[in-house]
Amino acid sequence: MLKRTDYLTKNYGKPDGFSLQVYESSGGYRAARRVLTLPREAVIEEAKKAHVRGRGGAGFDCGTKWSFMPKPGGGKPHYLVINADEGEPGTFKDRTIMEQNPHAVLEGCMIGMYAIGANACYIYVRDELHLAKQRLWDAIHEARAKGYLGELPFGNNYPLQIYVHTGAGAYICGEETSLLNSLEGRRGEPRLKPPFPAQAGAFGCPTTVNNVETVAIMPTVFTLGGDAFSKLSDLHAWNDGGVRLFGVSGHVKRPGIYECAVGLTLRELIYDLGGGIEGGRELLGVIPGGSSCPVHLPNEVVHVPNNPKFEMFNGKSILDLPLGVDPFRIVGSMLGTCCAIVLSDAADPVLAMQNLMRFYKHESCGQCTPCREGCGWLERIFDKVVEGTATLDELDQVHEIASNITGNTICAFGDGAAQPALAFVRKYREQFEDYILGQGRSQTGRLAI
Amino acid sequence: MAFVLSQERERELTEILSRYPNKMAACIPVLHLCQNANGNWLSPDAIQFVADRLELSPAHVKGVVTFYSLFNEHPPGKHQIWVCRTLSCALRGSDAILEHCQKRLGVGVGQTTADGRFTLRTAECLASCGTAPMMQVDKTYYEQLTPEKVDRILAALSKD
Repeated sequence: MLKRTDYLTKNYGKPDGFSLQVYESSGGYRAARRVLTLPREAVIEEAKKAHVRGRGGAGFDCGTKWSFMPKPGGGKPHYLVINADEGEPGTFKDRTIMEQNPHAVLEGCMIGMYAIGANACYIYVRDELHLAKQRLWDAIHEARAKGYLGELPFGNNYPLQIYVHTGAGAYICGEETSLLNSLEGRRGEPRLKPPFPAQAGAFGCPTTVNNVETVAIMPTVFTLGGDAFSKLSDLHAWNDGGVRLFGVSGHVKRPGIYECAVGLTLRELIYDLGGGIEGGRELLGVIPGGSSCPVHLPNEVVHVPNNPKFEMFNGKSILDLPLGVDPFRIVGSMLGTCCAIVLSDAADPVLAMQNLMRFYKHESCGQCTPCREGCGWLERIFDKVVEGTATLDELDQVHEIASNITGNTICAFGDGAAQPALAFVRKYREQFEDYILGQGRSQTGRLAI
Repeated sequence: MAFVLSQERERELTEILSRYPNKMAACIPVLHLCQNANGNWLSPDAIQFVADRLELSPAHVKGVVTFYSLFNEHPPGKHQIWVCRTLSCALRGSDAILEHCQKRLGVGVGQTTADGRFTLRTAECLASCGTAPMMQVDKTYYEQLTPEKVDRILAALSKD
């Protein structure tokens, strides 16, 4: 159900909305001030009650993740690392928080650091986001000058330091272990798990990696109380709580970022918030949360037998299924980052697939053979389809190649490349065959309206 | 000639080192620092400098430089332009924007204009999907582009 909120976004677009003064005048830093006086375990328990599912794409419960950290005092420092390497095609929510509400990120980091027993936090921002980095550094300097960061934050004997660390142009560094390698000054290649970051993360020490939005919402969690926050969501009963940022881009009239209670549907995102399809066109397909999620057709119907929680959704369009981590996982899709890419019927799905596979080929780090070679093979097949030189056998090979990538690589990038390929070829089989049988002729031959 | 940093940048390097528990972690920020000081590229001397200062092998530093797409091993033009071409931008006309840039500048993707002023590149998703199509010029994002807007941006940059 559509319920607009403004916990993170109330100061967006205001003059100096990103300054400490504006942040504090709207209640900022009260939560961190209080949290730093509570027992560490109580902070984690409160966070668990909020059911904040990780906003970076995997949807893991944040409080539970914090609880995996060993008890402080084990001889090694603990680290909090914030994943601000936003680069998933279609995703542009974290950038708005860092640019327009950087103090919420810092306050969330302070709460997170205290919860996991860390005194240092690195915010890993992709290098291209120069304004975001500047706003974060400015906010850090403001907070240090006020004594909120440093040796005695708010007068508490719990030193807190936050640093911005920059990447240098690599999508793969959004994968948490490759981000850690990059932070350590290495090539950004993913690591094998185990050990998990909570055991051996940054610099071999216990580390939690959280998404920007996940920590930025924490001040709200501790202002409202975990349970009250969770209940803002329609999916409280699914342990998917609170509010989050939803994005919509592509062929809609009003692309952008909208903050709403969890439980929004794709139909509300596209038609109510996004203003509907541009140019009087019809909806051809929607990728729900970043390009690594499978594409959905508007006529797809939810069918999950033998699951009482799904009784109310069965028989409905996928567009009316609430955007929650578990509902989308159970129907065989993925919620990802909740930033949808909308394709109207003016767009050619074959060209969309070719565009995405070029991205994956370009961004594969090359460490694992199935992904390095497989993404290249898939890209070449889609190039041949568009040129009109592919055969139907080659189109069928997409399934084989994609299946051989899935599950056979160190990190989830391979799956993220294979799943959209499988979904596009299965759901738009007719258009792919048209290209092949028509020697490169297509219905629209373009992506832009 | 051996690579050296100005006094101000040396101070910045010291400050960068203070953020991390070891020297290796400063590798990427220090490479950025050196690249900015060196006309936006990393010469073999600059790579050797970073290796010496961070007590790393030149092979390690070179491995880092070649992994990340924003480190240049050759001098680019005075202004670097990246046109985003990933799906959300492509759905809103990035192909036409890229074509327009190529025509206006008279160069292909990856090339630098004869006067050394512009290097034209493509980029994968720059997290600006809601304001597509977009391009990045040096450190600035230009969003909701039209060919006319691109002309105005290029004209302003041609004067400085």
